[in-house]
Parts: sequence; C-alpha cells; structure tokens
Amino acid sequence: MAEHVSTDRVAGPSALVRRLRTAGWFIARNREASTIVVAILLALYFYSTAPGFATSSNLVNISQEIARIGIVACGLALVLICAEIDLSVGQTFAFAPIIMWLAMSHGVPLIPAIVIGLAATAVVGFVNGFVTVYLRVHSFLTTLGMYFLINGLNVTITNGFPKDTPGPNIVTNGMGGSSYSEFIWLVALVVLLHLVLRRTRWGIHTLATGGNLTGAREAGVRTDVVKIGNFMACATLAGLTGILEAFRVGSIDPLAGSATVMFLGVSAAVIGGTSLLGGVGTMIGAFFGAGILTLLDNGFTLKGISAFTFDIILGIAILIAVALNVYIARFRTMRKPQ
Amino acid sequence: MSVSQEAAPAPPLETDEDVLRVENIVKRFGSVVALDGTTLHLRRGEVLGLIGDNGAGKSTLIKIITGFHRPDGGRIVVEGRDVQLRSVPQARALGIETVYQDLALVDSLSVFHNMFLGKELRLAGSPLVANRSMKERARRYLEDMKVNVTSVDVEVGLLSGGQRQAIAIARAVYSNVKILLLDEPLAAMGAREAKQILDLIRRLKERREVSMIIISHTYAQIMDVCDRVDLLRRGRIVFDKRVEDTSLEELTELVVSEYRGGEEPPG
Repeated sequence: MAEHVSTDRVAGPSALVRRLRTAGWFIARNREASTIVVAILLALYFYSTAPGFATSSNLVNISQEIARIGIVACGLALVLICAEIDLSVGQTFAFAPIIMWLAMSHGVPLIPAIVIGLAATAVVGFVNGFVTVYLRVHSFLTTLGMYFLINGLNVTITNGFPKDTPGPNIVTNGMGGSSYSEFIWLVALVVLLHLVLRRTRWGIHTLATGGNLTGAREAGVRTDVVKIGNFMACATLAGLTGILEAFRVGSIDPLAGSATVMFLGVSAAVIGGTSLLGGVGTMIGAFFGAGILTLLDNGFTLKGISAFTFDIILGIAILIAVALNVYIARFRTMRKPQ
Repeated sequence: MSVSQEAAPAPPLETDEDVLRVENIVKRFGSVVALDGTTLHLRRGEVLGLIGDNGAGKSTLIKIITGFHRPDGGRIVVEGRDVQLRSVPQARALGIETVYQDLALVDSLSVFHNMFLGKELRLAGSPLVANRSMKERARRYLEDMKVNVTSVDVEVGLLSGGQRQAIAIARAVYSNVKILLLDEPLAAMGAREAKQILDLIRRLKERREVSMIIISHTYAQIMDVCDRVDLLRRGRIVFDKRVEDTSLEELTELVVSEYRGGEEPPG
C-alpha cells in the first residue's frame, strides 16, 4: 500500500531528520500504525509493571475480551465508514443467542439454530438499513429505537430468566467454548473483512458511499444497497459475538446486551482510525483499538486500580486517542506530496 | 426581438456532424423564464465556449443537457436522434456528462480507485478487484493525458484542486463520454493549476474523441481553448462566432454592453 513513502529529494535535511520524517509520514499515511504503536507500548508497560499480566490464564482473558469488543467494532466500522451508526448492536448481541435458544426449544438442532439466530440479527440489520435509507430517518434514531425494541424482545422471549446453553461439544467449543476459539474467530474475521474492504468492489463502494454519497451515486454505486448490506453485516457480527459469548459463559442471559457493548465497539473503531463522518476506516485499526481498550481494562485491574478510577482513566484514554486521530487526519491533509 | 445567426436552420450536412443540437429550449421556474427558446449546436470534436452574465441561463442550460432539469419546451437531438432527457443517469447513458470539481471524487480513495469507481475491474474468477491492472491502466492513461500526479496510489484528498479537476475530467473521458460539459472548470484556481486544465482540454481536443461545452467567465481562457463562442443573454443565444472571427475585446464589450442600455450586439 505504501510503496511510495515520500523520499525527499531536497539535499537539505540530514539523514536522521529525513528518516524521522519518513517514519512520521508512514504513520500518518497508515491510519492503523499509530494505534498499533500505542497497543504495543501499553502491552510492554503492563508486562513490566502489572503482576500476573503475562500468565497464560490472563492471556486467555485478554484474548476473549479483545474478541468480544473487536468483532462488534469491525461490524460498527463498516457502518461508520458508510457515515451511519448502529446503536442497537448492544441488544442484537444478546438477541442472537436468545433466538438460537428459542429455535432449539422448538426442536431445531444446534447448528441450524445458530444459523437461525444469526439470520434473525441479519433481519434486524436489514430493518435498520431499510428505515434509515428509504424512510430517511437518521440511523442514530433508527437504531436507538431498535435498541429498546430488541431489549424488550430479549426479556419477553426469555421471560427475563437466563437459559442454559447446550452442553460442551465440538460445535460449542469452536463457537466460543474453548479458550482461544473466540480470538481465532476475531482474527479470521479481521483478515476476511480487511480483504473485503480493500480488495472487493463492495469494500471500495462502502468507502465511496461514506466518503462522497452524491459522487458515489453519480458514479453508479448503489449506495442504498451498500448501506443496507453493511447494516446487516454489522448486526450479524454483533449477533455472532453474542453467540460466542453465550457458549463461553455457558448461559444465555437476556440482560447480556448493554449500551456498554456498543460504546466499547464504537470506541475501538474510532481509536483504530475509523471516522464518525464516514469514508475512512480500517479493520486492522478496529482490532488494535479493541486491543487498547482491553489492555487498559485488564492491566489497570491487575494493578489494583479501583473500578471508579479505571473509568476515569479509560475516559481520558479514549479522549486522547480520538483527539490524536483528528490531529493526524489534519496532518495528513496539510501535507500534500508534490 | 433579436435577429440572431442561429435562427436560420442549419444545412443537412452540418446536422450530420452535430453531436448535439438543442432547439428552442424553454425553461420556466414559476414566473421566471430562465431559457427563452435557446438554440445551439455542438459538432463532433468541437470545443464550444458558453459565456454570459450571471443569471443568463448558462447553468440551467447545462442542467437540461445533463438531464437534471426537464425543459418546458423545445427538442434535444443527440447524434441525430431526438431524445427526452429524464434523468442524469439516462443522459450519461447517452454519453453526456458534467464534471463538477468537488462533487465527483471520493477523497479517501486513491486516484486509481476513483478513476474506476463503479466500473472496477475484477480478477478473473474471483471476487477480488484487479488493483494492479487498474493501477497500471490509470497510470498509463493519466501519463498519456499528461495529468501530473505523484502516484496513482495517492488518496485524492491529498491532491490540489487542479489535480482533482484534471482527474475528474480524465475519468469522465476514460469512461467513454461523448459530450463533456464543464461548468467553470477553472474557478478558484491559480495560474499554474489553470494551465494544467487548459493543457488537458487542448490534449482532449487534439484527440477528437470528445466534444465539450465550457462555461467560463474568463474570456481569455475561452479564446485560448475553444473553437467557437456562444453568448447567452436572458435565455437566448445572441452571438455565435468562431474564435478566430472574434476577439477578447469584442467578447468583453458584448457582455458589458448589456449595462449600457442593452443594445443588441453586432454581427
């Protein structure tokens, strides 16, 4: 991607300055780069200061939390790139395992039940997209309404009581039950979605839809289809995360969903360089954004910082990360290569 | 009122050469008559400059030709066929396109993805796009057109206004546009940038693949690149001359004369 990192031909600045400038330009050009650097620094910091950080059980914890935040963040990034938002992911997250349970309680076997659960979230995503695109309701409002609607459905269907997941077997182990299975899902999805975003027409059209809606439409991009499709992908990814989490915990909780699921997802995507204004975003950034949030949470907990203080630190960290992103974006446009 | 040149019907031979004929177009917005029987023609490979004061109807005319507005009367003939232009995509399907500097491109996409937006090439038997061949074709085409960009990988948002305009024009021509409409292509551009665009227009003109109508307030530039100039005044074409038969002074005088009692222009 960055074959043409600017090499100054001017014979003025020293080699060091030039190298620094090239590095700065590289970081500015690759939106993920700064996020990756921060994630690595955080990992090193906690590795050397937090007791028990590098133990195998803690690494499992970290991998599971990154996956929980990261998969939702990737889905949200798709919607944010379209210059829309999906607040309802906090509840579609809990909806998928509940529908799966509902199907199973009617005699549907496990695997088809999982598919039905995911399909139900895809329908939720379709409704989000359809109302937003064709009824011209801002997606903030569409999905806010959907958040409460799904919350109500979750509690109604289950009568408010948690349900057991089917006992451990090869399917449930692969779907979140075994230690690293969630993380493997995350990595596979990040790779897949990165390819989709950068190397398929769908991805290019997604970036174009959010970057310049009129221009994309004029160029023949079916922006309505693109938006609805990404709402569906986002909801389905949130549902998948909910199913993975249900199998990990061994219980289907109607109250598993919350605004926090959504806020962490949006934060991870934005820390990773996705713009709330659309047109800009990366999957690898969403992955490392989730990494940063997880490391902060995990590391400060291990260091014995109280939950109250932790939220203050987390809030400040998010503000700094987002401000940095805006600054870097400005730096990018100021620096015009000639 | 005005006894102008275009009133006489064009001889049949000339009609065959015309890629576009606009005849007696009328467009009203409420009680305002924007176009009052406008008639003009554009020959294949020709570059026509369209001048006129603000409010003369230039942009309305362009919007009718691109299918954005529908005329209240008159006919439009594209390559000898009567057409009803109902929408922008329909006009585009006929090979008519306007280039707007800031509307056309997606800032966060690279130059080559912008060049191929909506028409991406795909690797055979794969859902993946053929980035390498799109890059190569975009690079070669822009090189041919002498459009100067550091690399086709650069995001369009990082380019200057002139480069963006050049890429937008090059993209339109690359996608087989026959009639290109440029509304103030040089607005808000420095001398060097404007020269880039004028050079590009001249190069396109040499190739004779595309016919153009250029709206501009900068008459020197019109004289520089156009074959012919039309003046639109109060919704009518009142002047039509080849550039070698007119002069910068005459054009300036024509437009200014409106404020001195609006006497009819000579010739």
